[in-house]
Amino acid sequence: MMNGYTILFYLLAALTLSCGIMSIATRHIFRAAIYLLFTLIGIAGLYFWLSYEFIAAVQIVVYVGGIVVLIIFSIFLTQQAGEKLTRQKLDRKIWAALAIFCGFALTMVQVLHYQFPLSNNPATVTVRRIGEKMMSMEAGGYALPFEIISMLLLAAMVGCIVIATRSKPEVK
Amino acid sequence: MMEPGLYHILFISTALFFIGVFGFLTRRNLITMLMSIELILNSVNLNFIAFNKYVWPEKMDGLFFTIFIIAIAAAEAAVAIAIIINLYRNNQSIDVNNAEELKY
Repeated sequence: MMNGYTILFYLLAALTLSCGIMSIATRHIFRAAIYLLFTLIGIAGLYFWLSYEFIAAVQIVVYVGGIVVLIIFSIFLTQQAGEKLTRQKLDRKIWAALAIFCGFALTMVQVLHYQFPLSNNPATVTVRRIGEKMMSMEAGGYALPFEIISMLLLAAMVGCIVIATRSKPEVK
Repeated sequence: MMEPGLYHILFISTALFFIGVFGFLTRRNLITMLMSIELILNSVNLNFIAFNKYVWPEKMDGLFFTIFIIAIAAAEAAVAIAIIINLYRNNQSIDVNNAEELKY
């Protein structure tokens, strides 16, 4: 009954969810970043488990190699060593927990009641098909979003440089 | 235990989404709030991939949405961290309670 495939899924799910919870529960900001790293690795493992290897590789390269490193650098730049995050008021935590519990219950009830039209065809996702679809200009192709994303990345890069450049101190 | 399928993955992504929302509501440090947003975006990505695999395996739309969301998330994180570092430079703090000059 329990084959390796199933066990692997539950292990990855446990890793993802427990590290996700720890990442928002810990009061050390550096540990929060490391737990976030393991959450993202768990999600990449789930993509591997779903046999979407390309997305898993993109996830590891962009998130684990890029965004988490960026977050850790910004922690180094902005936090004092050994400083803990301020503890939040209890009533705020209680209200937030209540809100997310209601939202979670509502969403899960809706999801479990809805019959998705499941298909048993095997997914055939090769990098070649992804590349052809990404550059295709026919109906259903993704050439236009690809161009828009590249403009967005350029704008974000210019924006970052403008924001992060130290401006001359104004006379107050 | 059951053979894992679409509903299991939807459970994981829903749980991750609300973990992220909880972090966003309770944290008051801008970097940890950014981490919560990353969790939310990742749960959405997982959802898209799961639907792509289990409901429309012969299409690739969910996969492309995931790729574009990852690209947008990278741009968003870079801009957010630039703003955070600039705020820290002016304010010596990245707590949202001390960041009220963003209002004016």
